[in-house]
Amino acid sequence: MQKTLIVVGLIVLLLVPTLTDLAGQPALLSLVTRILIYSIAAASLNFILGYGGMVSFGHAAFFGVGGYVVGILFVHHGSGEPLLGFIPGSNQLLVTLPLAVIVAGAFAGLVGALSLRTSGVQFIMITLAFAQMLYFLFVSLKTYGGEDGIIIRRSNELFGLDMRDKAVMYYVILVVWAGFFVLLWRLIQSSFGTVIKGIRQNERRMAALGFAPYRYKLYAFVLAGAGAGLAGALMANFLRFTSPDMLHWSKSGELMIMVILGGVGSFFGPILGAGAFLVLESFLAGWSEHWPLALGLILLVVVLGTKGGLGGLIGKLAAWATRGRT
Amino acid sequence: MSAILEIDGLVKRFGGLLATDNVSLTVNTGEIHALIGPNGAGKSTLINQLCGELTPDEGRIRLNGRDVTGMTVPDRVAMGLGRTFQITNLLDDSTVRENIAMAVLALEGHNFRIWDNILRRRSIWNQADALLTGTPLESRAHVQVSGLSHGERKQLELLVALARKPRLLLLDEPMAGLGHVESQEMITRLQEIGQTTPMLLVEHDMDAVFALATRISVLVYGRIIASGTVDHIRTNPEVREAYLGAEDELC
Amino acid sequence: MILILEQLLNGLQYGVMLFLLAAGLTLIFGIMGVINLAHGSLYMVGAYAGTWVATATGSYWLGLPAALAAAALTGFAIEALVIRRLYARDHLDQVLATFALILTFNQLIILGFGRQPVFTLMPEAFAVSIELLPGLFYPPYRLLIIATGLVVALGLYLLINRTKIGMLVRAGATNRDMVRALGVDIRLLYTIVFGLGALLAGLAGYMAGPISAVQVGMGEQILLATFVVVVVGGVGSIKGAFVAGLMLGIIDTMLRAFLPGLLRHVMPASEADALGIGIASMGIYLLMALVLLVRPKGLFAAGA
Repeated sequence: MQKTLIVVGLIVLLLVPTLTDLAGQPALLSLVTRILIYSIAAASLNFILGYGGMVSFGHAAFFGVGGYVVGILFVHHGSGEPLLGFIPGSNQLLVTLPLAVIVAGAFAGLVGALSLRTSGVQFIMITLAFAQMLYFLFVSLKTYGGEDGIIIRRSNELFGLDMRDKAVMYYVILVVWAGFFVLLWRLIQSSFGTVIKGIRQNERRMAALGFAPYRYKLYAFVLAGAGAGLAGALMANFLRFTSPDMLHWSKSGELMIMVILGGVGSFFGPILGAGAFLVLESFLAGWSEHWPLALGLILLVVVLGTKGGLGGLIGKLAAWATRGRT
Repeated sequence: MSAILEIDGLVKRFGGLLATDNVSLTVNTGEIHALIGPNGAGKSTLINQLCGELTPDEGRIRLNGRDVTGMTVPDRVAMGLGRTFQITNLLDDSTVRENIAMAVLALEGHNFRIWDNILRRRSIWNQADALLTGTPLESRAHVQVSGLSHGERKQLELLVALARKPRLLLLDEPMAGLGHVESQEMITRLQEIGQTTPMLLVEHDMDAVFALATRISVLVYGRIIASGTVDHIRTNPEVREAYLGAEDELC
Repeated sequence: MILILEQLLNGLQYGVMLFLLAAGLTLIFGIMGVINLAHGSLYMVGAYAGTWVATATGSYWLGLPAALAAAALTGFAIEALVIRRLYARDHLDQVLATFALILTFNQLIILGFGRQPVFTLMPEAFAVSIELLPGLFYPPYRLLIIATGLVVALGLYLLINRTKIGMLVRAGATNRDMVRALGVDIRLLYTIVFGLGALLAGLAGYMAGPISAVQVGMGEQILLATFVVVVVGGVGSIKGAFVAGLMLGIIDTMLRAFLPGLLRHVMPASEADALGIGIASMGIYLLMALVLLVRPKGLFAAGA
């Protein structure tokens, strides 16, 4: 059943550019592309939040760092001046993407090493604080556009493909997306994933078994940061733009909304959640400029009314409907 | 007989309250050392210092001759310290078998692997199954902890601790809340385990203590007021008074 | 020297403002265990309601009770409809539900008042700068804010340390279950604490109006700084909120005032300004990170 759904889903995703083309709805292709990218960021957050029990309120920071790696390398590629005098710029996706992953992971290592010494509300706030620091850092970097960010005139190159073509860009992102979710699937089934899930359930018990929770949580935090960096790098390529807005705290909030909409700690949840959030956003935005009001109310209902996101809501409604009938 | 656990002059204060007052005791190989005392005597505080969740203000704790006073919980566990919790403390969303497998996993190591598959680590599951075989929980292997009875959770606590192959067991009220039959089973089980693994047993159930202990220490207001064999403690007037003054359990 | 003194007073005024918000927030968190991101919305509601009445009547002082009433009533409504359902939930649900409240309130305000900042009234008696020291002219309205903040701090100190409600509040911040076990009507206590927090937020919002713009989003800007104050001061501690509020208010103001100037000595002016403001904005977060690394529960953590 689940396998069939996955295959059908993949076929639909492969057909998206053709379908949107036939329907004459290019905006729809762009929407699906953004859903793919955000679902990577949301899934990486879900890994620490849903599977690891770490409520990070600064995940957008790593998303933004990934975007800035692409942007900054592009700037230096254009100017020919090496970064810090020795790192040459690049516009090759095969260079920028892995670099974005590594740099975002390194930042996550730094932030995590310090933040994970706290827990509870202090952890939420210290992750937010580090994200804010990075946000203001990029705002103050006039060399890289300050508040206005970096306009990337041309997306990164890959095997001579025409990356200006929206469909080509879509397929490139789709391949990366599929690869990411395969990796994530393996990660969750792995020994490490098992330990992380144990730590979420009962950290004290895991310590009493001899696991040092800090080291496992830190590693998970780094992996999640790297995932967000990947999403950010893709986003910078897709929008051909990167700015401090990518690191804004409300962006971290949006990623959390996606996770909870899809159902915390469920594998496909973030895809569902990112889809629901972005579709809702573009649908509501087309309907009224006051769409955040509707979004706010919907979010309230979901958070207060369900324990399992949209999946849980659907289940609840179904139970209610069947009970009403008998 | 050599000492596996040595506690020397342990002191723990909470504000003005002296929760552990210069406690010294040892657990030797082959020994079941029972620690008794009225509620609020500081037994749990002491256990938590021994396993590393609390840091004592003064004194030293030695495990197998090595000073572990400043060590973290996982480091002490790695040195062979096992424990059960008074209020059961398990992975509630996981099954009985998974809880035991997690303990085996901790023992085996290699847990930073992100590219393997936990279900394919056969040795983990084989060991978990072997530990379950012959226990009352065997038929409940695939039940989630949240679906277990209180008595079953207590049994699982013990199994999980044993799965880690400890060299010393700290048992925090393993009988608490058990029915008569369950208590008898638990006593038999602990007697078997005691053949090979020394224990520090904190317990309220005096039948269990007298049945199991090779030595008893009495903790009152954070201080050890008496220590000795079962007969010695049974007849010690000071103990009777301290104990009977607080609750009528010693009989 | 005059400049430093002036900025010190500005910092004190900002710090007092942070304290007014943080006092409520830290109690709500300490006693009910709820992270309330919508606290900034109460600040905004107070500012808008008060300013609206003040503009309509032409009197600053008539706006004050309106601001307090509006914020308190909104607080009661939020508590009854949303917060009450969050007591038993985890932090994630609390963050998201109150984040949803921010979105909702911001849009409601936009619907009612538009996106443009609204015009505010300054009490006439406090409009003209006075000479505090030779050469130091200072707007008395800011002094009024400082005085109000100190009076509130004193009032809270007496309330917490000298009254029965205060005793329960203190006990609740240290040990919630104990208060519950004592058979106190915990729900009433929660409502009172939440209402008090809302009242103080409304007061801060209305007083902030004449010196900073009354506009949508004003709550979020100060909310993050308030959270920093709460966490640095120690969750549940009024004393911590007071000390951390003043400290962070002064540090933040000083950095913003003097850092760009200092940096200009070593780099071009435009870059120095951008970097200076950037680092100044990071300042309080950096401080919070440092404090938490040394004291993971904050400076004056309740029960620690």
